[in-house]
Amino acid sequence: MAYNDSDPQVPEADPAGQLPAPAGQPPAPLPGSAHNGLKIVIVGGFGVGKTTMVGSVSEISPLSTEEVMTQASVGVDDDSHVRGKSTTTVAFDFGRISLDSSNVLYLFGAPGQERFWFLWDQLFAGSLGAVVLIDTRRMKDSWYAIDRLEHHRMPFVVAVNRFDDGPQPSLSKVRKALAISDQIPVVECDARVRESSKQVLITLVSYLTRLASGRTG
Amino acid sequence: MRAIDRESPDRLYTVTHGRVPGDDNPFDLVSLIVAERDPAEGMQSEHVKILTMCRTPMALAEVSAGLRLPISVVKVLLQDLLDTGGITVRHPLPGAGRSDDPDGLHLPDRDVLKQVLLGLQRL
Ligand SMILES: Nc1nc2c(ncn2[C@@H]2O[C@H](COP(=O)(O)OP(=O)(O)OP(=O)(O)O)[C@@H](O)[C@H]2O)c(=O)[nH]1
Ligand SMILES: [Mg+2]
Repeated sequence: MAYNDSDPQVPEADPAGQLPAPAGQPPAPLPGSAHNGLKIVIVGGFGVGKTTMVGSVSEISPLSTEEVMTQASVGVDDDSHVRGKSTTTVAFDFGRISLDSSNVLYLFGAPGQERFWFLWDQLFAGSLGAVVLIDTRRMKDSWYAIDRLEHHRMPFVVAVNRFDDGPQPSLSKVRKALAISDQIPVVECDARVRESSKQVLITLVSYLTRLASGRTG
Repeated sequence: MRAIDRESPDRLYTVTHGRVPGDDNPFDLVSLIVAERDPAEGMQSEHVKILTMCRTPMALAEVSAGLRLPISVVKVLLQDLLDTGGITVRHPLPGAGRSDDPDGLHLPDRDVLKQVLLGLQRL
């Protein structure tokens, strides 16, 4: 059975007090009992809403970090000019959701462009799954990411972020344009709205649960 | 908004003395790091900061953001501390995202998924 494309997602305003701590404040520490870190990756093109989605569900303001591409053969080179030239940097941000006293979920926003591939292995290794964020004005931006996810057999759901000035294709049109299988959930979202972003994550984890139970329909 | 300073590769080179993480380095982005001792006199300042930050468990990614140093640099610093007993590491549970399905699908453990779902629904 195909996933129901017309599942309505009713965005609700963010109730006061549920927003992450303002930037600049040190994030609240994890309890000493925390022992299992989990990952979900939110991948998409420039400006699609990755940071917004991370921030809307995270208990901390999104943190930013970066990775440099390192090559074993490069470090031993004593010519620092050469070394400097071969360094590639990619910035990415992430947020955190404490699920219970022992499990803590990290959400990583990852740029989807091909040149950032070197970050991907590290992000996807051990991830629960991925959310592909789509901007209907630039659907082609997501093709590379979807190719890679399928190639790595990393389960994912598609979340369509609607921008007012963009085309508004139906979810089944989006599915067709992306050429993905009927089983993969495609949902609407407004990354600015906590409840909407939360529903996207729940859609992903429910989908993973169906896959793990062998009921992929 | 850029939280990371654009720093020259040379400074990073100094922090790690030119070392890069080995292929066998045990750290995941979400490995939780726990300090096992207080900082001591004469320690490298980055090691001091890590031991202070990780008095409660902290994921590698958070340590990296807090130190404003790239992930791979932090891995080298953490390996130093692990080798000398300064930290312990709580690795992510096996099962998540591993390719143990016959068709190669990366499927997490079902109990883990249940806990994640419950946690998200409580949000
Ligand atoms: N209408 C609408 N605007 C959104 C939505 N999500 C994000 N935006 C806006 O889109 C802009 C870009 O959002 P970001 O979260 O910075 O996007 P990003 O993917 O992190 O961008 P980069 O990191 O620069 O690639 C911001 O001005 C957001 O307020 C959405 O669901 N609907
Ligand atoms: Mg961003």
